[in-house]
Amino acid sequence: MSIHSTQRNKIHPYKFALYLSLAGLIMMFAALSSAYIVRQSQGNWLEFRLPQLFYVSTAFILMSSGSLIMTKKYFKAHKKKKYQFLLIVTFILGIGFLITQYYSWIAMYESGIDLKGNPAGSFVYALSILHAFHVLGGIAVLIVALYHAFTLKFEVTAKRILRLELTSTYWHFVDILWVYLLLFFILQR
Amino acid sequence: MSTEVKNKELETIEVQTEELIEKHGFDDHFHDHHHGDKYQSGFFSKYVFSLDHKIIGRQFLITGMIWAIVGAAMSVIFRLQLGFPEANLEWLQPLLGKWIIVDNGIGTLSQEFYYALVTMHGTIIVFFVLTAGLSGTFSNLLIPLQIGARDMASPLMNMLSYWFFFLASCVMLFSLFLSTGPFAGGWVAYPPLSALPQASTGSGAGMTLWLVSLVLFVVSTLLGGINYITTVLNLRTKGMTLWKMPLTIWAFFVTAIIGLLSFPVLVAGFFLLMFDRSLGTSFYLSEIFIGGQALDHVGGSPILYQHLFWFLGHPEVYIIILPAMGIASEVLSVHSRKPIFGYRAMVYSIMAIAFLSFIVWAHHMFMAGVNPFLSNIFTIFTLIIAVPSAVKVFNWITTIYKGNIRFNSASLFAIGFVSMFISGGLTGIFLGNSVLDIQLHDTYFVVAHFHIVMGVSAFFGMFAGIYQWFPKMFGRFMNETLGRIHFWGTMIGAYVVFWPMHYLGMFGVPRRYYSFDTFDSFAGFDGINQFVTIGAIITFFVQLIFVVNFFYSIWNGRKMKSKNPYKANTLEWTTPIDTGHGNWPGKLPVVERWPYDYSKNGEDYVPQIIPLKEGEEEH
Repeated sequence: MSIHSTQRNKIHPYKFALYLSLAGLIMMFAALSSAYIVRQSQGNWLEFRLPQLFYVSTAFILMSSGSLIMTKKYFKAHKKKKYQFLLIVTFILGIGFLITQYYSWIAMYESGIDLKGNPAGSFVYALSILHAFHVLGGIAVLIVALYHAFTLKFEVTAKRILRLELTSTYWHFVDILWVYLLLFFILQR
Repeated sequence: MSTEVKNKELETIEVQTEELIEKHGFDDHFHDHHHGDKYQSGFFSKYVFSLDHKIIGRQFLITGMIWAIVGAAMSVIFRLQLGFPEANLEWLQPLLGKWIIVDNGIGTLSQEFYYALVTMHGTIIVFFVLTAGLSGTFSNLLIPLQIGARDMASPLMNMLSYWFFFLASCVMLFSLFLSTGPFAGGWVAYPPLSALPQASTGSGAGMTLWLVSLVLFVVSTLLGGINYITTVLNLRTKGMTLWKMPLTIWAFFVTAIIGLLSFPVLVAGFFLLMFDRSLGTSFYLSEIFIGGQALDHVGGSPILYQHLFWFLGHPEVYIIILPAMGIASEVLSVHSRKPIFGYRAMVYSIMAIAFLSFIVWAHHMFMAGVNPFLSNIFTIFTLIIAVPSAVKVFNWITTIYKGNIRFNSASLFAIGFVSMFISGGLTGIFLGNSVLDIQLHDTYFVVAHFHIVMGVSAFFGMFAGIYQWFPKMFGRFMNETLGRIHFWGTMIGAYVVFWPMHYLGMFGVPRRYYSFDTFDSFAGFDGINQFVTIGAIITFFVQLIFVVNFFYSIWNGRKMKSKNPYKANTLEWTTPIDTGHGNWPGKLPVVERWPYDYSKNGEDYVPQIIPLKEGEEEH
C-alpha cells in the first residue's frame, strides 16, 4: 500500500500489526492457562496420560517450521524450485499436524477421557482445539503463499519478501504456541 | 476589531499555513501514487465500503448514536416500571407486544423482559456506544489527522473493523426480536444463567446470539485497536515525537493497548462458556439441580468465569473513560487558551491508570467468595487508582484556572465531564473498600457510582468531542443555542437521575430488582424512584434535542469558513475544510513544537507546524 512506501519506518507497519495481534493471542492463551491452574487448585482433578500422538504432531509442526525457514532462505537466494518444493513440504507437514491432532483426540476419547467428563480432560481438549483453529488459519495463509508461489512470476521483491515473512512469523508462532501448550500440559498435571 | 479586519487576518494566517506546509513540509510523494483518488470513485466506495478513516469514524459515530437512542429508550421503559409499578403501560404494547402483560385492563412490563431490558441496556451502552461509538469514532477521525498521517496503517483492516461492528450490531438487534426474548441474565453474563440454555427464557437463543454478537464485536475492536497502535507508532509525520502528541492521541493509543491485552481474555472466557453451553463440558457449571433433577454437570466453577470476565471488565471501564479524558484535555486547553497543565503528568497518569486497570479486577468480586486476604490486596490497588485520577482532575482544573475560557457547547461538556468524574470518582473510594462493599455491593450505590463515573462522564467526553470536531467531520457547526440547552438539560438531568440512587444504595436497596413490594424495609422509597424516573424521561428527551441538532446541522448548520475556527494548534486544523482522502493535498506538515503553545510570549496560539523562533525555548 502506497501509504507506507515513503514513511520513515524501522519496521514495516504490517509486521508490527502482526506482532500486536500475536500479543492478543498470547493474552488469550495465558488467560486459558491461568483458568486451568485456578480450576486445578480447587481439587477434583483427574490425572491422566496424554496421548502419545501429541509427540508425533509436535514433531510434524516443528519440522514444518524448519522447512518454512528453509523456504524463506531459498526464496531470498532466488532458488525457485527449492522454494516451491519446501513450501509444499511445509504445507503437507502442517496438514499432517492437524490430522495427528485429530487422531490424538480420538485416542484420548478411547482411553476414557471424555470431553464432558472431568475438567482436566475438557481443558486439554478445549485448548488443543482452539490451537488447532489457529493452525487452520495458518494453513489458509500457507495456501495463499502457495498460490503466490505457483501463479505469480518468480521475482524477489520487497513486497514478496514481506508477505513470506508475515506468513512465517505467524506459522512459527502457532508452532511455538503448541510446544508451550504441550509443556504446560505435561508440567501442570 | 471589525469583522473585515478579522477575516482579513484569518485569511493571511490560512495562506501562511499553506505556504509553510508547502515550503517546509515533508514530501512523501503522495501524488505520485494517487492519480485522482482511487478510494473515492463511486458512492459505495466513498460512503459505504469506505477506506477513508474520516468516513469510517463517522460510520462508527452514527451507528453508535442509533444504539445510544435504543439503549437509553430501554432504560426509560424499565425506569417506568420501577418508578410507577402501578401505572398502565398498555400504550407500550404496539412496541413491545407480548412483553406487556395486560391484566384487568392494566398493562405491566413482564418480569422476563424487564431483565432483558436491563441486560441489553448495559451491553449496548458499554460495548456498542461507549466503546465502539466513542473510541471507534474519535480514534479513527483524529489519530491520522492529529499525527499527520495519510490514513491508518491498514485502511482495509480499518474498514473491516467497522463492518464487524455492524455485523455484531445486526446480530444483537435481531436477538431483540426473538420470541423467547434477548439474553436476560445481566450484561456480565454470569453462569449458570448464561451457561445453561434452559436456565431462563433468554438463556437459549438469546444468549447464543449475544455471544455471537460480542465475539464479532471483539474482532472489530481488535482490528481497530491493532490499527490505532500501529498507526501511532509507525505513521507519525516528521517531527511528531511521542512527546509532541496531543493528549487525545495518547489516550486513544493507551486505550487501544488496554483493549488489545484484555479483550482476548474475554474471548477465552466466552470460548469455555460456549463449550459449556453446546458441548456439555463443566468449566463453569457445578452440581446443579433443576426441578429436583440433577444435571450432568459436575465440578465446574462459576467464579472462574467471573475472573475471566472481569479481567476484561475492569480494563473495559478505562477503555471507555480514557478517550473521554483525552478529548476533555484537548478541548479544555483549546477553549481556555492555556497550555494543558502538567502535560507529562497527564501522560504518565494515563499509563498508570492503564497499568493499574489490569490488577484490580477482583474488586468486582469481593462478595463472590474470594479469599479476604486477596480482597485486601485488590482494595489497595483499587484505591491507588485514585492517585493518577486525582492528578488528572487537578490538572484539568488548573488548566482552566484563570484561563480565558470560551464557553461553548464543547467546553461546557468538557467542564461537565470533570464535574461528573469527580462526583463519580469519590464514591469509587467507598466501593473500592472490600469491607464497605459488604453493605454496598449490588445496591443502587453501585449503580449510581458507575453511571456517573463512566457512563455519564464518558458521554460528556463524547459530546464534547462531537461538538468540537463536528466542523471537521461535516464542514459545518452545530447549533450553539441547542447545544447549550442540551448541556444544561443533561448536566442537571444526570445528577437528578443518579444522585438520589446513592441514598437508596446506602439503605441497601438492591439493583436489578423488578419490584420491591415484598420487602417492608424498601417500602419507603417510592417517592425517590418516581423522582428518578421522571428525571430519566426528561433527560432522555433532552438527548433528542442533540440528535435533531446533529442531523439538522449536517446539512443546514453554519458553514465553516476558515480552516482553523477555534484557533487550535493541532494538525487536523491545517487540512482543507473539505478534507479529501490523504488528508493533506500536497506535502505532509512537519511538526516543530508541542500542541499546547497557547498564550505563549504574548501570542494567542502557535500551531504545531510553526518553527521555534530564534531563542525561543520549547515549552
